[in-house]
Amino acid sequence: MVSRHDALAREPAASSNPVAVLRDFWQILRTGEFLGDLRVTLTELAAAFAIAASCGVVAGYLISRSQYRIRVFEPLFAGIYSVPIILFLPLYVLFFGLGPASKIALGATIGFFPIALNTIAGFGYVDRTLVVAARSMGASDLQLFRYVLLPAALPIILTGMRMGFTVALLSIIGSETIASLAGLGHRIVHLAEGMEMAPMFAYIAFVVAIAAILNTLVSALEARGRRR
Amino acid sequence: MTLARLWRALRRPWVARIGVIILLLCLWEVAARWWVDPMFLSAPSRVFASLPALFETRGVPAALRVTFWELAVAFVLSVAIGLAIGLALGLQPFARKSFMPIILLLYGTPQVTILPLFILYFGIGPASKIAFGVSHGFFPIIMTIVAGVQNIKPILLTSARAMGASRWQILRYVVFPHMIPSFFAGMRLAMTGVLLGVLLAELYVSTAGIGHFTTLFTQNFDPTRLLGLISVLAAMAIVLNEIVRRGELHFSRWHTE
Repeated sequence: MVSRHDALAREPAASSNPVAVLRDFWQILRTGEFLGDLRVTLTELAAAFAIAASCGVVAGYLISRSQYRIRVFEPLFAGIYSVPIILFLPLYVLFFGLGPASKIALGATIGFFPIALNTIAGFGYVDRTLVVAARSMGASDLQLFRYVLLPAALPIILTGMRMGFTVALLSIIGSETIASLAGLGHRIVHLAEGMEMAPMFAYIAFVVAIAAILNTLVSALEARGRRR
Repeated sequence: MTLARLWRALRRPWVARIGVIILLLCLWEVAARWWVDPMFLSAPSRVFASLPALFETRGVPAALRVTFWELAVAFVLSVAIGLAIGLALGLQPFARKSFMPIILLLYGTPQVTILPLFILYFGIGPASKIAFGVSHGFFPIIMTIVAGVQNIKPILLTSARAMGASRWQILRYVVFPHMIPSFFAGMRLAMTGVLLGVLLAELYVSTAGIGHFTTLFTQNFDPTRLLGLISVLAAMAIVLNEIVRRGELHFSRWHTE
């Protein structure tokens, strides 16, 4: 241990001074060299989230329509959700290759479960009194959905979507780190393996900032949707 | 009559749930046998039949053992560190107000981005996996412990102090019993985090753990053994999660409100 610490202390490559990192950060922003990788990662994220959200909401809604289906499928989904799905990444790489397709598929799978589970919770546990009252006042199926079920379920679904978005983002950056051809995670690994510490820290800071901005944005959208 | 009873038995949710799982396995079996190239997908029956062969593959049992140890050590370290920091922050309002925002911020950042750093500092052996697992595991424990300590009714603390309890007695007889439900909820989240962290780091780069073999099987187009290994790991994850969940149910039973 001691000898390794000594080696690290002598070797300037294993860490970097903040001024150099700041300089490189500015460099990255000014030259716009991040645009290609950012575009790849964001495209993957958008596709994965679109698939996860549409499949999750549709599956969740269909399941939530009967108490029996909820009791069959909800524990099943919750059980699968508790397995770390990142384990299946090698399989996804085997099926979909090293390109964006495997990241989209993995992100969509991981994002699907929180969205589906929250949609089930949202539609499945609407207060019976509200439904019966609307029915007795002569609401049609469509009106019941539009004015009773949807407003009651929307806040919970939105929370599920935020959770799905966050885990999809994490899994996409993670799978880019492990095996990929392009993207922000790939860029960080590339710099780390070339021992280019200052630009690597700059990119890490960049990704953390992007993640923070995206998460804040999604939380703000969620809060907005809940208010209405 | 008997037919109706049989139908009722089949309609039970857990029977139907197993039915769904069997149906999916059958679909997978059919797809693997007749539609998909055997280079990419292998039928569940073959995966199951090859499990003994997997365990006889040189290095696989040792790799599973290494990964299990990484998980165990990372979990224990997460609990110890999380408990110490959580109690320190929870019991002292000044420390909580100063440091809690920093911890929340760190908890919110995606730690995958700094995975290469962990490898750089801790090497490609088990140490980096343990460190990365701990970095995922100890935040939820801090969160739940701080929340748990704060939720103790002040009247309990005041009355304990009024009856002349020492600092240690307050910790032992008031704080700890009230912390247990949230502590176990935190342990469950920590187990999820540790599994994610250790497995991510394993898949990224590995010399002795299972990551080495998942890479090997993927590159050799050997889906039978890859699926077998992944199934074994998934089973391990389910068992570990279930142990912690059972613990949570068991120890939070007294605390019903």
